[in-house]
Amino acid sequence: MSKVRVLVGTRKGAFVLTSDGKRERWDVSGPHFGGWEIYHLKGSPADPDRLYASQSSGWFGQVIQRSHDGGKTWESVGNKFLYEGATGTHQWYDGTPHPWEFARVWHLEPSLTDPDIVYAGVEDAALFRSTDGGQTWLELPGLRTHPSASSWQPGAGGMCLHTILLDPGNPRRIFVAISAAGAFRSDDAGQTWRPINRGLTSESIPNPTAEVGHCVHRIAMHRSRPGVLFMQKHWDVMRSDDAGESWREVSGNLPTDFGFPIDVHAHEPETIYVVPIKSDSEHYPPDSRLRVYRSRTGGNEWEPLTRGLPQTHCYVNVLRDAMSVDSLEPCGVYFGTTGGQVYASSDAGDSWTPIVRDLPAVASVEVQTLS
Amino acid sequence: MIRVVLPAHLRTLARVDGEVKIEVAAPATLGTVLDALEAAYPMLRGTIRDHTTMKRRPFLRFFACEQDLSHEPPETRLPEAVETGAEPFLVVGAMAGG
Repeated sequence: MSKVRVLVGTRKGAFVLTSDGKRERWDVSGPHFGGWEIYHLKGSPADPDRLYASQSSGWFGQVIQRSHDGGKTWESVGNKFLYEGATGTHQWYDGTPHPWEFARVWHLEPSLTDPDIVYAGVEDAALFRSTDGGQTWLELPGLRTHPSASSWQPGAGGMCLHTILLDPGNPRRIFVAISAAGAFRSDDAGQTWRPINRGLTSESIPNPTAEVGHCVHRIAMHRSRPGVLFMQKHWDVMRSDDAGESWREVSGNLPTDFGFPIDVHAHEPETIYVVPIKSDSEHYPPDSRLRVYRSRTGGNEWEPLTRGLPQTHCYVNVLRDAMSVDSLEPCGVYFGTTGGQVYASSDAGDSWTPIVRDLPAVASVEVQTLS
Repeated sequence: MIRVVLPAHLRTLARVDGEVKIEVAAPATLGTVLDALEAAYPMLRGTIRDHTTMKRRPFLRFFACEQDLSHEPPETRLPEAVETGAEPFLVVGAMAGG
């Protein structure tokens, strides 16, 4: 019998939700690390009981936690994230130079094949890797020392590296996204990087089509087609069919093309999901109706999914790391809100139900399908 | 023997209840006490002082015997009452909630 485990990071701790394959009844454990911000936790595809969590606090800084038993018990591992060599400056919000400073880990991405290898995307933007299960961390400095780095600037949440995609067909290829610099790709396992933002347009930078400076909110891929990427940008939903070499807009009939998460159906590589948000300063759904939008055509043609979601007076946000899918049949889709609800659909988005509804503000949702 | 009182979240992280007791050679200073604390509880490294600069994290304070030692240099000798264990050394989170 299959099982589903949902890993929820919130502003005040981590929660682990489990259900059998029917996905009707859910056990909720937590809070783990109560009182700490859990930006992200994720399991290893190679060993699903190996979990990593980013635990942080304005008082006490960064801690990394590791579990060997699917989140029942945890141990703190290494938290020393030191930039390699000189750090230089990036742009501050007003365009003035600002020194690079480590703030926190936004995203942890375990290797597809080795549970002891895990990548960390951090603020101020850089990529780190551990090869010993999180005990020690080394920066892959080729990204942060890219010639364009002095022009990168923070998004509202900080200058964060928030998305890491490992290409399942090419172990040397990694995609990352940074707010607000854009998307980057490495084809040599993280040693060197180049921006992949051709086709993006952002009105809030001096040259709207510049090579870097774009506030990419999230990138998603289907593991069967790693050359096809979907992007939710600050504004605009985008698609690339050539591993990021070029992008085209697929916002189509969305009520607004601002939003944070984007994800792909587990079995249908052309079926994608977004959660439109009213605007960059009004971080709640348009018309106060929480709607997931699904496209079965890889973008452009979108349908609202509303059954089970609040359709009046709803003013929550859904953050960039707070949507995920399971790989059961039919595909399950999950997302968490800043109002503390985690909604799940066990029918690919046709209908939704809150599987827990009064958590602290949800920062991240990751789903594991266990056999 | 030095008694150290940690904020609740750091007690949880270090998996300790109540005060922490650490041995520090006399004369005990701010720096040697924090060094000994981190040696005994490595998971606290980086949570009280920056890994590299060894500066106090901005939202933490150091108190002892009703004195604020937060801005004193690391070689500052702790009060005799702390050295003898009569009074604790306190690591305190800033008043701000969150």
